[in-house]
Amino acid sequence: MRMIVCIKQVPDTADVKIDPRTNTLVREGVRSVVNPFDLYAVEEALRLRERIGGQVTALTMGPPQADQALRDVLAMGVDDAVLLSDRAFAGSDTWATSYTLALAIRKLGGADILLFGKQAADGDTAQVGPGVATQLDLPQITYVRRVVSVDQAANAPGGALVAERLLDNGHETIRTSLPCVLTVVKEINEPRFQSLTGLRRARKAVIRRWGAKELEADPKRIGLDGSPTRVVRIFPPKLRSGGVMLQGSPDAMVAELVGKLKDLVGKAS
Amino acid sequence: MKQLTISEKLCTSCGACVSACPFGALRMESVAVVDCNLCTLCGACVDACPVSAITRPESAAAVPVTDVIWRDVWVFAEVEDGHIHPVVLELLGEGRRLADQLGERLVAVLPGHETQRLVAPLVVGGADHVLVVDRPELACFQDEPYTAVLTELIRRHHPAIVLCGATTVGRSLIPRVAILANAGLTADCTALAIDPKTRRLLQTRPAFGGNIYATIECPVSRPQMATVRPKVMKPLAADPARKGEVRLDQVADALLAARAVRIGYTAEVSNTANIAEADIIVAGGRGLLKAENFRLLEDLARELGAAVGASRAAVDAGWMPYSHQIGQTGKTVCPRLYIACGISGQIQHLAGMSSSDVIVAINKDATAPIFKTATYGIVGDVVALLPKLTEAFRAAKQRA
Ligand SMILES: Cc1cc2nc3c(=O)[nH]c(=O)nc-3n(C[C@H](O)[C@H](O)[C@H](O)COP(=O)(O)OP(=O)(O)OC[C@H]3O[C@@H](n4cnc5c(N)ncnc54)[C@H](O)[C@@H]3O)c2cc1C
Ligand SMILES: Nc1ncnc2c1ncn2[C@@H]1O[C@H](COP(=O)(O)O)[C@@H](O)[C@H]1O
Repeated sequence: MRMIVCIKQVPDTADVKIDPRTNTLVREGVRSVVNPFDLYAVEEALRLRERIGGQVTALTMGPPQADQALRDVLAMGVDDAVLLSDRAFAGSDTWATSYTLALAIRKLGGADILLFGKQAADGDTAQVGPGVATQLDLPQITYVRRVVSVDQAANAPGGALVAERLLDNGHETIRTSLPCVLTVVKEINEPRFQSLTGLRRARKAVIRRWGAKELEADPKRIGLDGSPTRVVRIFPPKLRSGGVMLQGSPDAMVAELVGKLKDLVGKAS
Repeated sequence: MKQLTISEKLCTSCGACVSACPFGALRMESVAVVDCNLCTLCGACVDACPVSAITRPESAAAVPVTDVIWRDVWVFAEVEDGHIHPVVLELLGEGRRLADQLGERLVAVLPGHETQRLVAPLVVGGADHVLVVDRPELACFQDEPYTAVLTELIRRHHPAIVLCGATTVGRSLIPRVAILANAGLTADCTALAIDPKTRRLLQTRPAFGGNIYATIECPVSRPQMATVRPKVMKPLAADPARKGEVRLDQVADALLAARAVRIGYTAEVSNTANIAEADIIVAGGRGLLKAENFRLLEDLARELGAAVGASRAAVDAGWMPYSHQIGQTGKTVCPRLYIACGISGQIQHLAGMSSSDVIVAINKDATAPIFKTATYGIVGDVVALLPKLTEAFRAAKQRA
């Protein structure tokens, strides 16, 4: 079974602070980490490998320092890794990102299962997984909370996979032919820690690095030129107006609160 | 190679760009210097620079402009458990405003099976047209046939704008359609507007867990596509006198094939489940101390007709299922009232709820960060306060 996990390096939100004066993000000293959601995708790939055998490749597109994100997941046990890095990729929106990742996946010879995190912690779009699936014309199951079964023999040639998808109002079970794309939610597993042998291997690993030329990318479809969306303005959120701290005995505070919320609560019910 | 250019002549080294950059890509030496490896060409610094010293490379048209005229505002009519999803009515309310401003029609797009009875609420909700595709294969949502049908309809009718709820369904379907339609897509918008000069759709959305907002447009590609967060747009007052036309489109069988098929479905039974749609949410954190105390929260929720949410700490402790988790790794909610009980208010939790209209925080620690975000704060023991609160709301209702 061939598996490819797409991961993204993002700023560690645990470190992110807001400058109260300028109301902008303070980026100094903010570490970069593997997008937390992607760790669940990596873990699931490793568990599938343990269950049915195979090989797991990690793939990321990003600046040269995204190399570290790949080493982090190599230390978890991923078999090999590819970094897509090229100035020509800068400014990619999700359309161009999906296109670029799909080219690399094709160059890798495809896979039986492609795994993605639910969304990236910086952009929060959740578009790249379905985007890559569509670029490669593959079926998808999004928001997977459990892989029920993988059967390579079921209605060959590729086999079949059954998974549970988390919905807003419950969950559904979906059966798909392979190859397929999965995007996973946190509920699916508990990511493992890096192991000592893993860390040693990760330090020495040779990571393949491909740019636009190696991917034979259409220059009109990558980076800023390949991105149909354009950010025209970035601004801080409106500061919430200063809150009121209620005072007095517990009963007095409860009474005051109920008074303040009366209209709001009445309307809803 | 595409990169920012900073004019050494114009730069006054004021530093405005350095603090405006969301990616930490700028630093100040004798003039501003950009680190190309970090810069994403987002343009935040271009706006921030008071002396216009920074320019961003112009992009070549991503998609060839054709002579087709793209017009009308479309809303994807998501159906959930046999009903029009509430977010659809919110989008029709917002779409009505956009369509009127453009002088174009508002169209609800309804793929499904035996959906006749769903047409009226769409018209009453504001749609001029309802575009129906009726096939048994579309009886429940499945990614592939819905993608193929919606893409085909876009190719046939050329809408200028396509809106969809940022629900699980919307966020699975629309990214597929956007790839096939060669269209720009903005996820999870919280505000929409039309630029009066260019008639482009201005799409505003939070990023970095709500720490910054970005306004995005699609200069060239059409349609302009967006998913919109539930609960932020206002539905129109239902007007039974409103008239609309229905159009039934046929599609080729080939479009209805699915490799990923639904073989089972379980609705979550609890009425406190769907926090994404709730008007009121009462949420509990580690401060509730044990699973049993969530009962107190559920009592209050029942009294208020509210949904129950939880912090990650409460979910990790096994007190609530993951589907109730609010925050960066859980759901994003924006109810009219959010009552945070024993939640400290870490940035990852705030990411999921800080755009709620009114926030109440109950915490025994007066220095808890949640109080900075709260509209009303109560310092006290939540376990003792919750029953009092439930009782007080009950009494108030009886008096009313
Ligand atoms: C990558 C990442 C993603 C994350 N995603 C999320 C997410 O999606 N959602 C989320 O919620 N968190 C998330 N977190 C965790 C987040 O940082 C916090 O750890 C979490 O929100 C804390 O939950 P809490 O407020 O319930 O617990 P605590 O921080 O332990 O706070 C408990 C609060 O209860 C108060 N308290 C205690 N006893 C009482 C009492 N008797 N009466 C009144 N008050 C009392 C305390 O004063 C304290 O303020 C994430 C973290 C990381 C690193
Ligand atoms: N630059 C990237 N390189 C590799 N994978 C990515 C990249 N961007 C996004 N992804 C993957 O797509 C998922 C969704 O990201 P997004 O659509 O940006 O929210 C992430 O969880 C990753 O698995």
